[in-house]
Amino acid sequence: MATNPMKIRAANKDGVTEVKVLISHEMETGQRKDAAGAVIPAWFITELSAKHNDKVVLTSEFGTSISKNPFLAFRFKGGAKGDKVSVSWKDNKGETRTDEAAIA
Amino acid sequence: MNNQRRNVLKSGSGAALLSVLAAAGIIKPGVALADWNKAAFEAKNMADTLKALGATTPADSKDVQLTAPDIAENGAVVPIGVASTLPNVTMVAIMIEKNPSTLAASFTLPAGTEPNIQTRVKMGQTSNVFAVVKSDGKFFMTSKEVKVTMGGCGG
Repeated sequence: MATNPMKIRAANKDGVTEVKVLISHEMETGQRKDAAGAVIPAWFITELSAKHNDKVVLTSEFGTSISKNPFLAFRFKGGAKGDKVSVSWKDNKGETRTDEAAIA
Repeated sequence: MNNQRRNVLKSGSGAALLSVLAAAGIIKPGVALADWNKAAFEAKNMADTLKALGATTPADSKDVQLTAPDIAENGAVVPIGVASTLPNVTMVAIMIEKNPSTLAASFTLPAGTEPNIQTRVKMGQTSNVFAVVKSDGKFFMTSKEVKVTMGGCGG
């Protein structure tokens, strides 16, 4: 299944880069049922990592409690205008996606 | 009101459901969740979750700040922020005591990344939210009760 791109904003201020990521993902918990009463299988992001150029700046593990279309914001020291920030995720179906943005 | 769904919410634990799904081959833990800390995310209560994360009993600390609303009108989207002034923070975890899976997310912070993270979580009901932080190898936490007027598991 095709996945939609993430929206990534990265801005450097006073030597600290703040990254905001909005991911397009269902984050289905596996607790809900459809109209016919069948359980909707869990489908959620399990791992996410972020890189500044080639250096890992954040790795995280998600559970089903994270909202649909997850939002994440974090900060790291360093980063210059034009540097590349990339974010990758992997879900419990093994699907992955990577998107990148330049620091503004 | 879908009573069947209510019953499932009461009786069906996330772990049981996950293991059923795993048994049915819908999700393959060995393959898809290779590095994912399954035990931590399947833990049902604070003690088990902390144990699975390798955390000993965290000390309450004022140096861990948890930003969360007092009342969440929509449990499906509850903004949570965790920040800390503690040095050398390597791990941040967000836990929601009464959710089917207590652990919402854990973050590993390499040197240079500030302990300041915001995200959004789902909450099924009014519950305490815990922020756990690992600083210099020790664990610290803080908590806040968030009242939910509409659960996040609806649909």
